[in-house]
Amino acid sequence: MTGAVDITLLVNGKTYTGRAEPRVTLADFLRDELRLTGTHLGCEHGACGACTVLMDGRTVRSCLLFAVQAQGHDLATVEGLAPAGGAEGLHPLQEAFHRMHALQCGFCTPGFLMSAYELLQSNPRPTEEEVRTWLSGNLCRCTGYQNIVEAVLAAAAEPEPEAHQ
Amino acid sequence: MTTRLFGEPVARKEDGRFLTGRGRYTADFEPHAAHAAFVRSDLAHARITGIDTAAAGEVPGVLGVFTWTDLDGEVAERLPLLVPSDALVNPRTQHALARDEVCYAGEVVAMVVARDRYAAEDAAERILVEYEPLPPVVDLETAASPGAPTAHADMRDNLAGRVSEEHGDVDRALAAAPHVFGWRFVMERSAAMPLETRAVVARYDQTEDRLLIHDSTQAPTGVRFGLAMLFGMDTDRVHVVAPDVGGGFGQKVIQFYPEEVLVPWAARRLGVPVKWVEDRRENFIGSNQERGQIHDVRVGVDDEGRILGLEDRFLHDTGAYCSYGLILPIITAAQLPGPYRLENYRYELRSIFTNTVPTSPYRGAGRPHAAFVMERVIEKVAGELGLDSLEVRRRNFIQPDQFPYHVGVTFQDGGPTVYDSGDYERGLDALLAELDVERTRTELADWRRTGRTVGLGVAGYVEGTGIGPYEGASVSIDPDGTVSVATAHGTQGQAHETVFAQIAADELGTPLEGVRVTTGDTRRLGFGVGTYASRTAVVAGNAVLRAAQEVRRQAASVAARILEVAPEDVVFQDGSVHVAGAPDRRIPLGRLAMASNPTRYAFGRDAEEGARLSQLAYAGGDRPLPEGSRPGLAAVEYYSPTSGVFGFGFHGAVVEVDPETGEVRVLRYVVHHDSGRVINPMVVEGQIHGGVAQGIGGALYERIAYGPEGQVQNASFMDFLLVSAAEMPRIEQVHTETPSPNNPLGIKGVGEAGTIPVSAAIANALSDALGVPVDRMPVMPEDVLALVRAAE
Repeated sequence: MTGAVDITLLVNGKTYTGRAEPRVTLADFLRDELRLTGTHLGCEHGACGACTVLMDGRTVRSCLLFAVQAQGHDLATVEGLAPAGGAEGLHPLQEAFHRMHALQCGFCTPGFLMSAYELLQSNPRPTEEEVRTWLSGNLCRCTGYQNIVEAVLAAAAEPEPEAHQ
Repeated sequence: MTTRLFGEPVARKEDGRFLTGRGRYTADFEPHAAHAAFVRSDLAHARITGIDTAAAGEVPGVLGVFTWTDLDGEVAERLPLLVPSDALVNPRTQHALARDEVCYAGEVVAMVVARDRYAAEDAAERILVEYEPLPPVVDLETAASPGAPTAHADMRDNLAGRVSEEHGDVDRALAAAPHVFGWRFVMERSAAMPLETRAVVARYDQTEDRLLIHDSTQAPTGVRFGLAMLFGMDTDRVHVVAPDVGGGFGQKVIQFYPEEVLVPWAARRLGVPVKWVEDRRENFIGSNQERGQIHDVRVGVDDEGRILGLEDRFLHDTGAYCSYGLILPIITAAQLPGPYRLENYRYELRSIFTNTVPTSPYRGAGRPHAAFVMERVIEKVAGELGLDSLEVRRRNFIQPDQFPYHVGVTFQDGGPTVYDSGDYERGLDALLAELDVERTRTELADWRRTGRTVGLGVAGYVEGTGIGPYEGASVSIDPDGTVSVATAHGTQGQAHETVFAQIAADELGTPLEGVRVTTGDTRRLGFGVGTYASRTAVVAGNAVLRAAQEVRRQAASVAARILEVAPEDVVFQDGSVHVAGAPDRRIPLGRLAMASNPTRYAFGRDAEEGARLSQLAYAGGDRPLPEGSRPGLAAVEYYSPTSGVFGFGFHGAVVEVDPETGEVRVLRYVVHHDSGRVINPMVVEGQIHGGVAQGIGGALYERIAYGPEGQVQNASFMDFLLVSAAEMPRIEQVHTETPSPNNPLGIKGVGEAGTIPVSAAIANALSDALGVPVDRMPVMPEDVLALVRAAE
């Protein structure tokens, strides 16, 4: 591999080290080197939101960042969303998505979960309009968004979710 | 009794892995496989005069660079014609790699395989293709005109195929009609845009001469049969798996796209696993699109708005090639009458080549066009005669006592178009009640008085679903009691794992958790057709029912011998069988599976008990496995419908136009829907939500914009605006259930239903709001502004 460098990332509270060229995107590194394939690529130009992950608690498009840029930051992906030992091992958002049929093919789902997670962290009781506006940066081609919006509202109505990780 | 699961809104079995990042899509397999990248034509029409690949070959990590001259055998020929038809006058398909002429911008010219995607794309950029430009023909109407440039240099015109049919006597009906109108309706290009692009991973095992392909396809069985033929391999040495697929909506049903042939071909040629994941730009220019028709309608009506005769001459844009034959425009023609009696109906369709991306079904598949035309006709007839359009609809409805109803023209499966069941008046009434139409009309009048530009539109449709030829299902019971179901078609989010489990669980008296469903893996079931045309729940669902019934028969027979009762006295409940009236005389299904398989040896924890039962089962018989029986509890059954089954529905839209910006807001969207008996209402409602979203996107935001030279000018999600949560209204739904008499479950398909009448409903609502006819779709803000100016 030409010009590959060691890259160490903190993902879901765990330290991973891999090797990649500096031009490798964070999304590709997470998926191909760290085998965290829950993060998906729908457009690779920052528009669809399928690759959304959290960096220091804020959502980023992992297709628009290089893996090397994420060194030293605290990353969270969909694989880390479910609190260990929670009810059925699911985060309240995941549980609400399941209950409300907020996913069909599942491809956009990780991005929606991470975006919704950030929303509820910053605005625990959003209105429907706030949810719709917030999620307008994530594209879904299956659900018509209705049940996603319902699920986020339902999760927000539940008791405060446990802290992530 | 075990609760019946059919009809219950049970939560989906497949959700767990998707919610936790454990879904397995094609791109997730073989992370370190060699990667393919493709060089695509920038020109819509040109002759290739030279390809220089030397610089590409020098890029570190490149394993191979291929052009047409490198292809061999069948792979060098034009790709197969998927749906042949005598009416195709020019059945032209493309080469996997362009040979000497490119006919759309995006056509694959060369392939690079390198150690990873980054290196492959570096090398692809260094391939220099020399072209001699040819005049492109991009506009559909231009392409259909005499003397137009031809999309293919060797053709005299752009006609791919032509079909015409007549039911009744249209000329006589129009001549006698008190009112005859002529109108034009246009629907422009759009595309499916599944969030997961296409992807293929191929591994070739030279030692065993076996090819294993993971493919984001709707039809793994077809890909498998086709590749085996193309490569000259035994079918049983080729297997295709459609793992989790991130949406398809028709775009992934084509067998084959060039890349689906080239990636496995390269894996065989190079002896390493090869992977390709389409990028979004490639999806815009290299994956099939749809819509794109121009209709010229003449309609004759009486004073009450009854349609006496209708003629539709229409053009269909097939793009640069026609691998899908004439299916799309034939669906449009067959479904154009919708819920209305057209006793005199004639169509003439012409499918036309243009130098644009080829077209093939996208959710709705010709029906949104049909509903748009027919429902605009109804609305315009009512407008011309000063009648209430809802009343005009009622006057033209096919009546409940007229089923089975013969439309009089050929359906997409080649048979007659025969509606199995329906009750359109009831459907429209259900919509209007949900909409509270009188109150809505009053509200709109009030809003108009305050200066708001608002309107109401209604549209109906009939959708032929559940067509043949067939699907199959394998059902078996494992020694641990798990009911294992496998079907061969792909699945892309339609909840097949759940609804098939509901059907099997009901038949075998097991809980839902006791059923495991596999779809789209030819290693599990080799025969099947594919997921398209809203057919899978109907056709594969009935196959699952049959296979489960056969397994139940087998299980009852074994249990009857062990329990020494008649098979009719064996009750299936809670994952066990017991004797009717004696619930303690019970055997778990897993034990029964062991008992049915009399091996000499005992395996596993419960094996001793199983072996004992198996001796009991055959005690007194002359051989361990009685004549006519088989080891295990397992069956493969197929279901082949006699014809399609026809769902229907009515949509109502309330829209508001901002005359300053051209923005359209959908204030209310109400859906009536009837797809016969419903297996899982939660899933059906979800299908409708998604369908309506694609319909609203297609009506108001999504248009593939070709430039005059034939390049797609909005080939990104920054420019092609997929509808988002911010634009989507809350969808209100009301259901009726008119069972199909044609299959044992009484079900009809639902996959495409939500999309079909949306453009029509929005167009009718906009026409109502603006007071000018909206006969062209989509309507983007700039189009709205033009309509606003026209209204002034």
